[in-house]
Amino acid sequence: MAVITMREALNQAMREEMHRDENVFLLGEEVAAYQGAYKVSKGLLEEFGDQRVIDSPITELGFAGLGVGAAMVGLRPIIEFMTFNFSILATDQIVNSAAKMLYMSGGQFKIPIVFRGPNGSAYQVSSQHSQALESWFAHFPGLKVVMPSTPADAKGLLKSAIRDDDPVIFLEQERMYGNKGEVTEDENFTIPLGVADVKREGTDATIVARSLMVPLALKAAEELEKQGVSIEVIDPRTIRPLDTATIINSVKKTNRVVIAEESHAFCGVGAEISAQIMEHAFDYLDAPVVRLSGVDAPMPYAKNLEKLALPDVARIVAAVRQVAYLD
Amino acid sequence: MATQVVMPKLSPTMEEGQLARWLKKEGDKVTVGEPLAEIDTDKATMEAQALAEGVVRKILVKEGETVPLGAIIAIIGQPDEDISALLSQAQSGEATAENKKNIDESVKADGDGAQTELAQVVPDGARTRATTQGQPLKGETEGTSAGQEDKPSAKATEQPTQPRGDSVKASDNGQSSQAGGRLVVSPIAARMAAEAGVNLQTLTGSGPGGRIVKRDIEAAISSGKLRANSPQEQPQESQAQASAQTAPQAYVAPAVEGASPYRDVPVSTMRSTIARRLVSSIGPVPHFFLTTEIEMDRAADLRRQLNELDAEMKVSINDLIIKVAAAALVQHPSVNASFQDKVIRHYERADIGVAVAIEDGLITPVVRGANTKSIGQISREVRELAERARSRKLKPEEYTGATFSISNLGMLGIDEFTAVINPPEAAILAVGAMQPKPVVRDGEITVRQIMRVTMSCDHRVVDGATGAKFLQTFKKLLENPVLLLA
Repeated sequence: MAVITMREALNQAMREEMHRDENVFLLGEEVAAYQGAYKVSKGLLEEFGDQRVIDSPITELGFAGLGVGAAMVGLRPIIEFMTFNFSILATDQIVNSAAKMLYMSGGQFKIPIVFRGPNGSAYQVSSQHSQALESWFAHFPGLKVVMPSTPADAKGLLKSAIRDDDPVIFLEQERMYGNKGEVTEDENFTIPLGVADVKREGTDATIVARSLMVPLALKAAEELEKQGVSIEVIDPRTIRPLDTATIINSVKKTNRVVIAEESHAFCGVGAEISAQIMEHAFDYLDAPVVRLSGVDAPMPYAKNLEKLALPDVARIVAAVRQVAYLD
Repeated sequence: MATQVVMPKLSPTMEEGQLARWLKKEGDKVTVGEPLAEIDTDKATMEAQALAEGVVRKILVKEGETVPLGAIIAIIGQPDEDISALLSQAQSGEATAENKKNIDESVKADGDGAQTELAQVVPDGARTRATTQGQPLKGETEGTSAGQEDKPSAKATEQPTQPRGDSVKASDNGQSSQAGGRLVVSPIAARMAAEAGVNLQTLTGSGPGGRIVKRDIEAAISSGKLRANSPQEQPQESQAQASAQTAPQAYVAPAVEGASPYRDVPVSTMRSTIARRLVSSIGPVPHFFLTTEIEMDRAADLRRQLNELDAEMKVSINDLIIKVAAAALVQHPSVNASFQDKVIRHYERADIGVAVAIEDGLITPVVRGANTKSIGQISREVRELAERARSRKLKPEEYTGATFSISNLGMLGIDEFTAVINPPEAAILAVGAMQPKPVVRDGEITVRQIMRVTMSCDHRVVDGATGAKFLQTFKKLLENPVLLLA
């Protein structure tokens, strides 16, 4: 085990998979010569050459479409979006081509493609560059959506995503690229898609958190432990397919749920999880599920307002105390 | 505004209800939640509560009358209000069908199976019509489980982060679990209550808006606020026919002063079939009889010693029999019981009725808690009760409510006989004369004091083997009265 950053873990995953399968290649803005806007592709151009690590023009729809075409003829492209805010330009290729090709070709064309890059808020990049878009992609049958919260999960899940024969939306988080964690050096290490992880076991309430919210949920759990409240933290890791069973089992144990998410609440992933809990564990609930989401407004530029727009440890603690009827 | 009071759905299978008794008369003031009438359903007698405030303007159904679900049974309004429109609606019967439809739809919408406890939720639109709510009467059985009272409200889903209206603020002090006349219960709390047999009406919710939550049920369970109900119901049985209990419930206080505390165990499907079939064979109480011979030498010795050692003592053989029967009953609680249609009532104490012949008849004064009294105490009490029985000075509570009876015709020279059970007791012991008889002991013929007893059993409660085991214990104790000290 080595302690490495999320950035390094993602880099390792791509390097190992590019060694393992010569059909894997990386395409995106500044991924090659500049080594990635967030240095995730550091060293890859030097190692694999410009046939497999390719700088694209600033044209998301174009290079996403190029990736889909490459996947149709048997390559395994990794398409990096500088941030997922820019993927909005490419959604026609993602939603209309990648997600539907297998179905509409009657199974003739698999699309083994990974669209990856940072999703969610960063630091003062304002409304257009701070969006958490997981619910957009998770909405469509044909796409898988992955959101790692630790370096180990990032590496294991990205390797599985690259090996997967379906299009995978792989959502990283800019604020988390420097987060460190233990990661195995075993090249065979992968984490299957669609399997949630119980990040912490507890009995009084469940916090379902993903991506940036996982470390905050764990801190809140520590805080609550001092107050005598035992918290289970569940990280779905894959949004689609969602590991509903792990969440439901936890709810059956704790009877109370807080969902923490960076995205907006309305029609969000938290709403889906909440509905699943209601459908499958209604009789086990002791309190209404509480969603703690990003505020229902464009992200402000001002630093103080930006902070207020996102869930934080104090608000997660308060939400748990609310569902556990402690206040 | 004047509101109709309709015949409420008080049990899942109820289609009509009989108005047993009005608790209010026309002109009486009523407040929300006040008992209005007692209603006999197909299961039990339930109390209907007023869900509107005002004056009982008109009572439309007479006591004893049976009306379909949804029929208007009364009108509550202001004293001077014009209720003619409602009256003509009620008399034409047109409202009944619509009310019934509302009730049915609310049941249908809630589905079945695990969610039967939701079956009583009345949709908002129908709330003004369904102005009564079921509440089981104290001491009545409620085999249909908590389902009838559990009324998880749609309000349970609202976001507690946002302050609600005045009604909620008013109940935020935890005073009331009822918002708009409906209990607010979290789903798991409702489920736990149904499974454990907790009456939600007796609880005060500690959640926001008085919501009853899991910890309230846990507290109720640990404090023993349970109704007789089965924790684990057999899947093939409906809730109304809750199966035999797996864990004994706490004893509850009886309505009659001085009577034994009891706990009600729901009558299982099998038990109910046994009851029905046996009754159809031999009358309301299907008797059967068990006879045994008891060697009374040691009991007679004990009696002699007691009377010799204490000049005050005038212990009779019958006093010893009472004591021994009480001790045996405590060991065999299924005999110390009575058949109550939907439940078998098990008594905590052995209250022994002692048949006393009086002029023109007989009466059975009761020795309360004979299992806890000494032989001397029992002896004094019986003598005193018998005296007053002969002079007809017993109070009703002194000759009713026994849990088991003994009839002794030994002093009249009867060898053995069968006695008729005094309902609702489950058994009576007929005691014959004690007399020396040749018996074979260790291969030798010898003379022993022999007494024959015959127990009549209510087969709905006591089966052959159950009765035989009781008699075995009774015989062993009476043949070896020293065991009373063990």
